[in-house]
Amino acid sequence: MEYRDEKLPEEKVFKDPVHRYIHVRDKVIWDVIGTREFQRLRRIKQLGTTYLVFHGAEHSRFHHSLGVYEIVRRIIDDGFSGRREWNDDERLVTLCAALLHDLGHGPFSHAFEKVFDLDHELFTQQILLGDTEVNAVLKRVGTEFPQKVADVIGKTYPDKLVVSLISSQIDADRMDYLQRDAYFTGVSYGHFDMERILRVMRPTEEQAVIKYSGMHAVEDYIMSRYQMYWQVYFHPVSRSAEVILTKILHRAKQLYEASYIFKFEPFHFKSFFDRTFELEDYISLDESILLTYFQMWMKEVDPILSDLCYRFINRKLFQHTEFNPATEYRKIGELEQLFKEAGIDPAYYLVADSSSDLPYDFYRPGEESERLPIYLQMATGELSELSRSSDIVDAISGKRRTDHKLYFPEDILEQGKEGNPLYKQILDMLKG
Amino acid sequence: MLQEHARIAQFISLATEVNGRKKLQKMVFIAKKMNFPFAEKYELHMYGPYSEELTLRIEELCEMGFLSEQCSDKKSYIQYTYHVSDEGKQFLETAEPPHDKLAQCIERMNGKSSRFLELVSTLLYFDHLTKDEQIAKVHIVKNKLNFTEQEMDTAFTFIDELQQSTVN
Repeated sequence: MEYRDEKLPEEKVFKDPVHRYIHVRDKVIWDVIGTREFQRLRRIKQLGTTYLVFHGAEHSRFHHSLGVYEIVRRIIDDGFSGRREWNDDERLVTLCAALLHDLGHGPFSHAFEKVFDLDHELFTQQILLGDTEVNAVLKRVGTEFPQKVADVIGKTYPDKLVVSLISSQIDADRMDYLQRDAYFTGVSYGHFDMERILRVMRPTEEQAVIKYSGMHAVEDYIMSRYQMYWQVYFHPVSRSAEVILTKILHRAKQLYEASYIFKFEPFHFKSFFDRTFELEDYISLDESILLTYFQMWMKEVDPILSDLCYRFINRKLFQHTEFNPATEYRKIGELEQLFKEAGIDPAYYLVADSSSDLPYDFYRPGEESERLPIYLQMATGELSELSRSSDIVDAISGKRRTDHKLYFPEDILEQGKEGNPLYKQILDMLKG
Repeated sequence: MLQEHARIAQFISLATEVNGRKKLQKMVFIAKKMNFPFAEKYELHMYGPYSEELTLRIEELCEMGFLSEQCSDKKSYIQYTYHVSDEGKQFLETAEPPHDKLAQCIERMNGKSSRFLELVSTLLYFDHLTKDEQIAKVHIVKNKLNFTEQEMDTAFTFIDELQQSTVN
């Protein structure tokens, strides 16, 4: 039997709090899960700094990747298989892409990518195509197979239906993370009737669509997503932790470039500071390593680096205030000047941060939206864009919500305000 | 602190005006690929490389009153045109000056159609591949646009010229 068709002697299952069980029969899938690059995802949290707000949010990208795989497996095996529009030859590549779609995420991805100007999607491609254990497993299926998996994840695979299962406005990725993040954070938002959505999902040439009778389940999914973004993903306190994390990395980079002598040398970061890193340098990193550095750097001579690390490790985060860039951009300039005069470096201690989300977007002829809409399949077989049938979705379609915050170390300013009138002036401006 | 906003406003100021959201998206992406310092993160979407961060930045600049967005109904489509407002010009007086070769790069791009810039930006999105692979990718992700061989050649020539004229 060819490796691509090989089944395990017995089905393996992973107990999962969201989907109850993750079922694995394919030998290829089992082997991919066992690779070091996939196992590394156990050491990268799905929600980065969110655990500092919702203490249950310690789940990893390993959990999520298995979850996305399981959803796609159910869509294919229980829903699409045997239907005319679905090509069963695409099953294995779709399952592998679902399992591996987040393979290139690094530790605290968002901050790390921002500071070092990296893109986790490129790393996903490199891990799939480079000299790695994952590549070796995929290559056993066929020499072209790693590239096919990479193309699905990179959205350049010719079969658009396959791509849409991993990446669209109603894909397995979103369906898993909403439910999983809701479960682990403990919030009551984020739940929707996924079983119903999977039952009414239908394959078409271009993408997966939803039978009209499933419209209300999709409405619930979109509202869940909306709630999760504002209640969990954009929580102002986890954004504060993210701001500090970003500033730690910036500071370490700046010190390295200025030939500062570290007590605890940044071995793991040097190639990123110099931009000479190789794939292996990236794969070697995980969140435990970053946290070890932050622990050690608390003892550094540099007061900014040690203070920021102390804040992150001990959750002494920055305070925040609302900020409207449209009317207050001049105030920012004044605050920056006051921070400098007060001896507090505004590059590290005064940070504007914005969050924005578009809950659902769609394309109408003549407009320039870039997202493929969700289509309902009507009784006649015709496709109709979701917001044309759903008043609820229509009400939030294309409506972006944005939130701007200004982060600052209130504790320093409060403690010093008696001795330094500038501190009080800054506080009055920030709180006024 | 609003340096990234300033860079985008500067870009539009140098272009005098940009017609179309899609065109603006592609122009900034191409400029970024020419090593001009734009921080917006791009992903592959329906019309090629697209940045949600740029969309947000443009909306914020409009909200701030630094950009004016005009919407005109062209019957078969709606076109958005962007200019820097008087307030935006004041804001830019406080910003760092742009790179001296950016204006020339923008001028070259602004004279081209959205379709052409969509092709150029998509080719550049795959610039880590060989030329043949880049063309094959464009045919896969843009299969409905039916780009001709001649259009491909013109796009590659344009990229070469742009790269030569913007060597930093």
